[in-house]
Amino acid sequence: MAEAYIYDAVRTPRGKGKSSGSLHEITSLQLATQALRAIKERNNLDTSKVDDVILGCVTPIGEQGSDIARIAVLNADYSETTAGVQVDRFCASGLEACNIAAAKVMTGEADMAIGGGVEAMSRVPMGSNGGAWATNPEIAMKSYFAPQGIGADLIATKYGFSRDDVDAFAVESQKRAAKAWKEGRFAKSVIPVKDQLGVTILAHDETVRGDTTMQTLAALNASFEQMGTMAFDDVVKQRYPEIEKINHVHHAGNSSGIVDGASAVLIGTKEMGEALGLKARARIKGFASIGSEPSIMLTGPSLVTEKLLKKLGMTPEDIDLYELNEAFASVVLRMMQALNIPHEKMNVNGGAIAMGHPLGATGGMILGTMLDELERSDKETGLITLCVGAGMGTATVIERV
Amino acid sequence: MNLETFKFDIDADGIATATFDVPGRSMNTLTAKAVADLGAIADEVGANAAIKGLVITSGKSSGFCAGADLGELGGGGFGGGSRSGSAEEQLKAAFDGAFALNKILRNLETCKKPVAAAINGLALGGGLEVVLACHYRIAANDNPKLQLGLPEAKVGLMPGGGGTQRLPRLIGAQAAAPFLLQGESMTAEQAKSLGVVSELAPTAELVAKAKAWLKANPTAKAPWDDARFKIPGGAPNSQQGGTVFTFGAAMLAKQTWGNYPAQKHILSAVYEGLSVPIDAGLRIESRYFVKTLMTPEAKGMIRSLFLSMQELGKGASRPQGYPAFEIKKAVVVGAGLMGAGIAYVQAKAGIPTVLLDVSQESADKGKAYSQRIVDKDVSRGKLSKEKGDALIALITPSTDYSLVKGADIVVEAVFENVELKAKVTAQIEEHLGETAVMGTNTSTLPITGLAKASKRPANFIGIHFFSPVERMGLVEIIRGKETSEETLAKTMDYVLKIRKTPVAVNDHRGFYTSRVFGTYPEEGMTMLSEGIAPAIIENIGRMAGMPMGPLEVSDSVGIDTMLKIGRESAKVAGKSYEQNPVGDLVAWVVEAQGRVGRKAGKGFYDYDDKGKPSRLYPDIAKKIDIKIKECPPALKAELTKRLLFRQCVEVARCFEEGVITDARDADIGSILAWGFAPYSGGVCSFMDMKIGIKTFVEECDRLAETYGERFRPNALLRDMAARGQTFYGRFGPKDQKPAAA
Repeated sequence: MAEAYIYDAVRTPRGKGKSSGSLHEITSLQLATQALRAIKERNNLDTSKVDDVILGCVTPIGEQGSDIARIAVLNADYSETTAGVQVDRFCASGLEACNIAAAKVMTGEADMAIGGGVEAMSRVPMGSNGGAWATNPEIAMKSYFAPQGIGADLIATKYGFSRDDVDAFAVESQKRAAKAWKEGRFAKSVIPVKDQLGVTILAHDETVRGDTTMQTLAALNASFEQMGTMAFDDVVKQRYPEIEKINHVHHAGNSSGIVDGASAVLIGTKEMGEALGLKARARIKGFASIGSEPSIMLTGPSLVTEKLLKKLGMTPEDIDLYELNEAFASVVLRMMQALNIPHEKMNVNGGAIAMGHPLGATGGMILGTMLDELERSDKETGLITLCVGAGMGTATVIERV
Repeated sequence: MNLETFKFDIDADGIATATFDVPGRSMNTLTAKAVADLGAIADEVGANAAIKGLVITSGKSSGFCAGADLGELGGGGFGGGSRSGSAEEQLKAAFDGAFALNKILRNLETCKKPVAAAINGLALGGGLEVVLACHYRIAANDNPKLQLGLPEAKVGLMPGGGGTQRLPRLIGAQAAAPFLLQGESMTAEQAKSLGVVSELAPTAELVAKAKAWLKANPTAKAPWDDARFKIPGGAPNSQQGGTVFTFGAAMLAKQTWGNYPAQKHILSAVYEGLSVPIDAGLRIESRYFVKTLMTPEAKGMIRSLFLSMQELGKGASRPQGYPAFEIKKAVVVGAGLMGAGIAYVQAKAGIPTVLLDVSQESADKGKAYSQRIVDKDVSRGKLSKEKGDALIALITPSTDYSLVKGADIVVEAVFENVELKAKVTAQIEEHLGETAVMGTNTSTLPITGLAKASKRPANFIGIHFFSPVERMGLVEIIRGKETSEETLAKTMDYVLKIRKTPVAVNDHRGFYTSRVFGTYPEEGMTMLSEGIAPAIIENIGRMAGMPMGPLEVSDSVGIDTMLKIGRESAKVAGKSYEQNPVGDLVAWVVEAQGRVGRKAGKGFYDYDDKGKPSRLYPDIAKKIDIKIKECPPALKAELTKRLLFRQCVEVARCFEEGVITDARDADIGSILAWGFAPYSGGVCSFMDMKIGIKTFVEECDRLAETYGERFRPNALLRDMAARGQTFYGRFGPKDQKPAAA
């Protein structure tokens, strides 16, 4: 089988996912378009050689509906021969899109493909596409459905993370993100978003708060206590009878922010890269997705990592750097605990607690962040992973070439 | 038309009136014949051009209709469907049977003539569903007994006449949920404000007002038959509706732990049905209705909670041939919590009651207990001041044993001490008439032994009340060796008179209820001594359907009491209680930690000021090495089995020893006395239907090998398994219809 190489990765900055956010007045089509256009322009790309564009999008309705990937391809003035497909693996959609692009390259279906994603959360609200899991009693009761925040609090309770632990993690995430921005560590990938006139409307991540302290976080109320007490604590206890009482520790300050953004990663064969005059930056060494217990929902990252590393004949120590999407602080703390990963290797430039998590786009974004950081710190191997709704996990290992 | 259950008239204006009046019954129920008659009426109204509209009302002052005939349903009426053909053919036949009512009511709703319901009294279950299929509903505002509701879920059933479809279409899924899922009912005023009925009027004017509406609305149709119809509160796949169902499923899981298939099926019928036109919704409802009826839970719950409760409530196991026992005077001795409660329920039943204690102060305090309940009921408008005063006036607190003279029955409710009880019995019998019943309230002391203190052991009987007496529905009656049949008959009459359900058992330490129930906290403490985390034990207990976890039960009973009883039993057996791991644990908790239970605010739990458990005692880990801290599904299933099977295997021993003789008594006793998993229909139904005797025996053998001989099935169970018998087959009433097992 062919090897899949990464040639480029771009992302938009992340705008606050509210009507007051800078990107609220930019359509999701434009976010995706600008990411694809950046890939095309930065690489002087003959887009007729791009076989397919796979974009993750978790709320594919309204303006994000009806295969936004193909529509963005057309809008970005790619060759009309380039196909496009939208995929949904909840929070890992963007990484799954890159993995699919890589798989297409490896099997020979594509010589050059783009993975990535788009989510304008301020414009198409999270959850507005409905879905059976939460609402249909047949499956909700059978699988002990509870919202993700309950799962995150359950992880904290079950694995012993206190409010102080999760808040301290959040403070560090903000610090790292602020420092990374200050030192220009994201400069390689972040493309400013232009408005309708072509004027830059946002060039930096809008939610980073480097001055966050334990004291500022202590003032925030737990977000999921009310719904937990109302019903959901007892729902998840049915699957985890060992839990006497759920400790609700997560709040807006130690959970990922709701933001708008898009990402794109150019992936292709060695041969096509050479033919197009591109320089490979990394090789995709392997990838995997798993399912695990759905009601706790967010413990997939360590499990998918174990599966993938085993497949690759590697151990957690063989990985130089980790990027795990900071959906909730406890998710990252749990993975570090489970695999004995030092904090120095994990999310070295902060994560979604500081910069936000534009659902379908995030996977492509943190893949790019990893690539930049491996190059900056001159390390070899990185693992990117995300926890995923309904108990899944997706991961990718890349190594520099 | 050849109608049996309706009278049918057409007035000069062409308005037909169908008056529901099932002959020979005090209350209308939706019998098979009534359903057929409704079908004929719908057809006639649709086909007869002279008919301009229809009023449906009731000819019974008792109400409109109490719902389906659960006797027909419980007897396997149509739920089981045809017994021939392939499995799929049988299911189709069952569906057709269940769908008949839906089809008829839908025909009525779409007969192209306006139909109005004049609701003169209660309309429950199928009764309300008939009403909901009418285009206009007008209810009496001068009948305080008028109630509208869908109580099916309470007996493990689901509404099958469109209730799951029309009620949420009328008022929204969220507003409909408490009626559909918890079987709540509404008053006429509530129904009006919810929009379930359109108009309220005095009973005498109902039909005239209904006719006036019909004349003014000659082309009425149901709102959901309008193309522009939208579900109030949003369809399930709308943002708003989705939230309702997300929380709906979670609340249901919290309230039922997923143990009640009827509720799950109701919610599914609403969820799936509201996404499609009502005709499809009604088909979906009928499918879930049949599916529900086929579950062991529905069969067990209908049989126990409906049929057996009715039968036992009428004295089904009372010995025949003795005249009804008239009680003109009753005496309660001992005005503690129990005695005071007994005095209250007697007075409430209109029985003049003497409440005796050693001091006037204590006796007065006992009477004050009734006063408190009465005051509360009066302040809540549940009882009039006059009736409350009359009730209180029936209780005479005193220290004078000579007041026993002339009593028809005495209930002695002093402390559980053999010597004390003997002394009091003698004091009572000094004044007690020769034919009066001498009852003793005890939860464990053998009656035959207590009867030795009596001059007339044939009149001596155990009457085991449960605390709090005014709320607990069961009374366990214990026959001593010499207790006469007549005394048993009289005692049953007494228990029925105070509106409790009597269960008769034979004498044995712990009788039936205390003996079986005691195995539950015991098994919980055994698990703890094995190193299973207390949270797991407690959650599993509650999730199995028990009202409390076993450790909380221990706290409620009193761990010191358990220690005392445990040491006594060990002594009798010539052993040390502390040799047994549970005994060692109990002794440590009580004596080293000073935690005796809920009464002291600390036991296996810490309790808050209101006596509610606030957290499990964390220092238990100092005594027990907690090895099992996680509970994956396989362990959950195993622990659930241990907690429930342990109780059931003890029930089988009670049958073998003749302590209990009727499966209905065992089932009702288990639900009412200690809240055994009500979804099962009780301990016998659980073994018979939920598990199956053969499997139960095999599993108990396996549990015995793994956890100890306490699980070993007895000869009775093995014999039943070998013969393919059930408890209801072997110990059931001879005349009760099988509950479609």
